[in-house]
Amino acid sequence: MTSEALWAIGRGCGITALGFLTLSLALGIVTRSGRPLPALPRFAVADVHRFTALAGTLLVALHVGLLFADPYAQLRMIDFVVPFLGAYRPLWQGLGTLAVDLLLVVVVSSVLRRHLGLRAFRVVHWTSYALWPIALAHALGNGTDTGQLWFQVFAGGCALAACAALAWRVRSEFTEYACARTAVDA
Amino acid sequence: MTTQRLFATTGSCFTDHYEHFGELPHLTRGDLVRRLNEAGLTGRGGAGFPTGRKIDSVRGRRPVVIGNGAEGEPLSAKDVTLLARAPHLVVDGLTIVANALAAQSVYLYVPAQASGDVQIALRERGEAAANRSRITVVEAPDDFLAGEESAVVSRIEGGPALPRDQTALTTRSGVRGRPTLVSNVETFAHVALIGRYGADWFRDVGDTAHPGTMLATVSGTFTPTTVLEIPTGISLRDIVSRSNTATPQRLQAVLVGGYHGSWIPANVIGQSRMSPSGLAEFGAAPGAGVLHLLGEQECGLARTADVAAYLADQSARQCGPCRYGLPRLSTLLDELAFGRVDDHLIDEVHRMVGLVDGRGSCRHPDGAARFVRSALAVFEADIAAHRDGCCAAVPTASVGEVR
Amino acid sequence: MSPKPVAALRLHIDWTRCDGRGLCTELLPQLLSRDQWGFPLTLDNSRDPSVPSRMIKHARRAVVRCPRLALTLIEDT
Repeated sequence: MTSEALWAIGRGCGITALGFLTLSLALGIVTRSGRPLPALPRFAVADVHRFTALAGTLLVALHVGLLFADPYAQLRMIDFVVPFLGAYRPLWQGLGTLAVDLLLVVVVSSVLRRHLGLRAFRVVHWTSYALWPIALAHALGNGTDTGQLWFQVFAGGCALAACAALAWRVRSEFTEYACARTAVDA
Repeated sequence: MTTQRLFATTGSCFTDHYEHFGELPHLTRGDLVRRLNEAGLTGRGGAGFPTGRKIDSVRGRRPVVIGNGAEGEPLSAKDVTLLARAPHLVVDGLTIVANALAAQSVYLYVPAQASGDVQIALRERGEAAANRSRITVVEAPDDFLAGEESAVVSRIEGGPALPRDQTALTTRSGVRGRPTLVSNVETFAHVALIGRYGADWFRDVGDTAHPGTMLATVSGTFTPTTVLEIPTGISLRDIVSRSNTATPQRLQAVLVGGYHGSWIPANVIGQSRMSPSGLAEFGAAPGAGVLHLLGEQECGLARTADVAAYLADQSARQCGPCRYGLPRLSTLLDELAFGRVDDHLIDEVHRMVGLVDGRGSCRHPDGAARFVRSALAVFEADIAAHRDGCCAAVPTASVGEVR
Repeated sequence: MSPKPVAALRLHIDWTRCDGRGLCTELLPQLLSRDQWGFPLTLDNSRDPSVPSRMIKHARRAVVRCPRLALTLIEDT
């Protein structure tokens, strides 16, 4: 595969991954609410949340793998683990590395959550709220297509979705039975 | 034949104990279990499980023995009294069982109120050198649930005294996964006596099926709280008269077994006996020997509502149905006792009782359900009176005026 | 070769973890409904409802999906 092809597809995977991870974040918040969605019962919401997270992870792996294979990107093995050592735009790429590290931790801890125990799993899972903005910042800072309209619309859409989900998250009647339960806790 | 066995000594110090009871007996595991099974000793902490069988079910490496003196129940004072008057019997019992099970970790779990007496007793043992004990004292908080078995295990592990989810019996997996025996301090005191005098001696007194003596706490608004040692199987009327309660009021009902127990009407206290079989037909059980008296001029529904409020407050708040159901039940009972009563309210109370029963990690909501159900049955006439806006206890007063 | 008999299983709810999210009640509607606060209500009024063999697959799904890790399948002794 030519360097240009690797570069293009590698970036494409990254951008698509951002979309999937945004979906996963939003669905994770819906899962937390205990509410179903119009077409999705609660267990299905949890399933799709998991699916989009894994799909996003796979795309990130491709993103990283293809760019590693592309000599133009100048990636070394260490850049996958230790951030901010890169040759090309070290700060923004470093955020990418950080995001990958966090993603790995979140995914592995989720797969192994029965062994980790509820409390440890939850603490690690909360870092998803940090993971997502870091990934977005990496996309905006590192991305070659940031000047393009289609990218701006896409990234903007992701940002909007995430913000909307977060705004919903912090409302007091966020969970399905919040009202029924506060009536007693009061 | 004296029935003062636990309270046989005049003083509580080690010298008195040793003079009266002599050396600490040593029994092998097999001997101890056999003897306890023959004696028919059952747990004195409330559940009444056969002690021999329970000890025999402790299997595995590095067992732990815990003497539970946490009482928890506000209407009960027997454990703290026993620890003040005969702490050495408790220590003896713990030591006998620990030796038989080859348990290196032995704990006495007691509230702050009893901690002083226990520390003195253990110091006396230490000074006697021959009876140097390896018992660790752990303080129990004064909460209702502090004495719940899994809460005890949690506290001993250094965590909070809150019940935990259990998928295995504590005797198989308790403190840090080790086989753990948690028994009431009174049970251990009886073990100390059976270890010396044998099964036949123990069976010589009390009910045939559940023999021996037990400690009972009698309380009421018009009587000081009294702890008595009684033979099992005697009538409730007998116990009430033995407690020397000056009863300016006649009795209306008795709460047997504490806040997780059942009410029984006063007209059956002559026929009811303090044993499982003697109380079963009245929907009650001896529990930890709590007898709370309700006078004729007191409102049973008001008392029930007060207790329900306490039970709701004492919820560990870990489990949904208990955390949300008990406060709701308390509100409904307040309405029943002090407000407007109609069919809808009564139906709601029954529904809420059903919603909390059996749904939680411990038996707190179950006990609350049992307690409320018995109140609804025994105070049925009061409910009818409240429906009409008056109280059966004081016909001249209106609902809400009588407490 | 005759199939090995499957051990009877019960669904154990760890109430200290359960937050009434309702995934299990969707997957096991024949065993569970919900109370007014969202918590699972066993339809046979038992503490740990017995899981019929035809529902074991769904019960395992529920156990895996519970976001609070509040479910386990235990052997029916």
